[in-house]
Amino acid sequence: MDFLNAIIVLFNFTVIPALAYGSQLALGAIFVTLIYAVLRFANFATGDMMSFGTMFAVILTYYFQSLGFGLGVLPTALLTIPFAILMMILYMLIIDKFVFSYYRIKKSPPVQFAMVSVGVMFVTQALIRIIIGPSDRRFLDGEKFIIKATEFKEMTGLAEGITLKSTQAITIIVTLIVVSIMFWFLNRTKTGTSMRAYSDNEDLALLSGIDPKKVVLITWVIAGILATIGGVLYGLDKSYRPFVYFNNMLPIFAAAIVGGIGNPFGAFLGGYVIAFAEIFVTYAYKRFISYLLPEHLEPDSLLQLLSTDYKFAVSFSILVIVLLIRPSGIFKGKVI
Amino acid sequence: MRNYKNVIAAYSIMIFLIILVGIFQSWSIALTILNYCLISAVMTIGANIQWGYAGLINFGIMGYTALGGLAVVLVSVEPVKKAWQVGGLNILACIWIIVAIIFVVKFILNRFDKSKLRNYSVASVILGGIILLRVTAAPGIEAIESVDPARTGFLGGMGLPVLFSWIVGALLAGSLAFVIGKIALGLRADYLAIATLLIAEIIVSIIKHEEWLARGVKNVIGLKRPAPYEIDLQTSEWFINLVTKFNSSKLNLINSISDKQEALNQMVIDASSVYVKLCFTGLFLTVVIVLLIVTQKALYSPWGRKMRAIRDNEEAASAMGKNIVKEHLLIFILGSAIVGLAGAMMVTNDGLFTPGSYRPMRYTFVIWVMVIVGGTGNNFGAILGGFVVWFLWVEAAPIALFLINLFTSHLPETNVVRVHLIESAPYFRFLVIGIGLLLIMRYRPQGIIPEKIIKQ
Repeated sequence: MDFLNAIIVLFNFTVIPALAYGSQLALGAIFVTLIYAVLRFANFATGDMMSFGTMFAVILTYYFQSLGFGLGVLPTALLTIPFAILMMILYMLIIDKFVFSYYRIKKSPPVQFAMVSVGVMFVTQALIRIIIGPSDRRFLDGEKFIIKATEFKEMTGLAEGITLKSTQAITIIVTLIVVSIMFWFLNRTKTGTSMRAYSDNEDLALLSGIDPKKVVLITWVIAGILATIGGVLYGLDKSYRPFVYFNNMLPIFAAAIVGGIGNPFGAFLGGYVIAFAEIFVTYAYKRFISYLLPEHLEPDSLLQLLSTDYKFAVSFSILVIVLLIRPSGIFKGKVI
Repeated sequence: MRNYKNVIAAYSIMIFLIILVGIFQSWSIALTILNYCLISAVMTIGANIQWGYAGLINFGIMGYTALGGLAVVLVSVEPVKKAWQVGGLNILACIWIIVAIIFVVKFILNRFDKSKLRNYSVASVILGGIILLRVTAAPGIEAIESVDPARTGFLGGMGLPVLFSWIVGALLAGSLAFVIGKIALGLRADYLAIATLLIAEIIVSIIKHEEWLARGVKNVIGLKRPAPYEIDLQTSEWFINLVTKFNSSKLNLINSISDKQEALNQMVIDASSVYVKLCFTGLFLTVVIVLLIVTQKALYSPWGRKMRAIRDNEEAASAMGKNIVKEHLLIFILGSAIVGLAGAMMVTNDGLFTPGSYRPMRYTFVIWVMVIVGGTGNNFGAILGGFVVWFLWVEAAPIALFLINLFTSHLPETNVVRVHLIESAPYFRFLVIGIGLLLIMRYRPQGIIPEKIIKQ
């Protein structure tokens, strides 16, 4: 019984939050990696683009709520995602037309692209702050919990309970659906194959008649979908705050590089690697251990490897270690 | 001289703009802007050395700035004797443990051949060392942080003059750059950018959360100054006489003695703040000029030519027998040390150390915009970039407010759009900087004052 309790403690406080957080990171990391593989630059506007898409979802959610639309137990935000995605794709295409396409045609070095994306980052942040303001916003409605700790305890008779927030379940399910559709698209459809061909060898792809404009367009469309969904899911789970989104860019980059930049599947797993590492290293294992050990051996300290203040530092250290030992990432990204 | 015509023109416009601020807003604000422009100029010199001379992209500027600031606290604050008594021994022991770990790891790496066993043993030494560190440090840290936590709760510094800390800041930043350079310099350009950005984030989070070191997010206030304090100036005889002498014509216009005294008091208060800022301006200007002379000399020396050769064609330079790894590391350290110096200058100017305020937006990306806008590879350009961008960064909000009021003046005061726009005026600075960067990158990628290569 004690063993079961210990497992449940660990599951409740580490595995579930890490899965949800990891899914959000994974979506962002695939976004980074796709841009890197096809358009060949590190996009420093990642966090703010995610925030921009989420902003539309937040505004539309408020609007729908005022009209009385809703999905009942599910959050209204899910209803607004398609509209937000459309706006986001539109914004990305405008940015691409007026900013990135010039450097793509000129074949600028990646560093110049990165600096341009910093400019885009500034502009996007300004637009977000001017449109919606920098404050913290919650836009979650509908049922908050799927399983509450007390209900779980009553059901099973255990001393520890499992809490499953509806946002966590939605995050994990939506991520799995989106990511599987995306991999199906990349691997099985003709357009997806042409995208991969373009990312592998641009000149060869052009020779075999692949339209570069179409590849770039599709990439931004997929990027818009991933960025908006990832951003909305994060906002539902925690809350929407532009500054936090900007900061999330850092673990997302870490996830993309750890997984092997340019490799979407690596980025997907990288998100979970980063999330699990962050949470496992900063979790206080006292309660878990005290179930496993006999009573007189109970530890005094919290048994925490690092305090939660260093959450971000953990993922960055993993990144540094990966860069040192295996710069191409765990899953061998194709460094273009 | 004709080569420098546009340089002189650009700088005159900049000085004119600052004088305009002095006339329309106040001289105190103008000097604050000027001081920050000078500090930014030092940072851009540092970043320009790395990016303009050697083509190294370093997004870790924030980390070096924070370390420079930390140096001010560690050098100039009086030591907290009680904290040293209760916890100093543990902290010293920890330093020795860290040194021991480094030596053991180095020994293992040198002594044994590359193998799985060696990797595991290095990992276990580091892990064991960290656990040992935590066990040793925990009681000490707890004791230190409980010493009068409202005022101290940290070890304090060495109680030395604050100017000394500028050198220490540069040294600290330089040694950090040595470590980072060893780890990350082999990476490709955009990897290097991301890696340095993240490492800087680690540094700042350590400074933020290790309260025994510099109070972390609780901030250290009331740092020493290399300039006199306003309060002392306002009571000293010579300063009041000076102010009276300067404003005698204005004062003579006032008839009643009590009014005269009141006006004089106000003038003395204003003048004292201007005087203090002028002292800082003098100091900062000296630093900027010295750095400018040194970096200009270096740029046109054989060493500078070598750096440019490495930047423009690594393979060719390497074929000519230049040691690229070594030169990159050297320039990475030099540039970072200058940024650390700027960080120390900034904290000295503010008189307080607030680790919570170090954010990559302000301390990394804005500095980069300065270098790109001003002109990469040209020190005059980089300094000008520091001036222009900082000026825009500060003055964008008032200008935006003015424009918003102008364009929405036909709308009623309570109009939703107008109120919303006025509330968001501060954020127009991001817009101005972003669009400015994009325009410069597109239409003048070499910056306002482009790099100039003198053939010798």
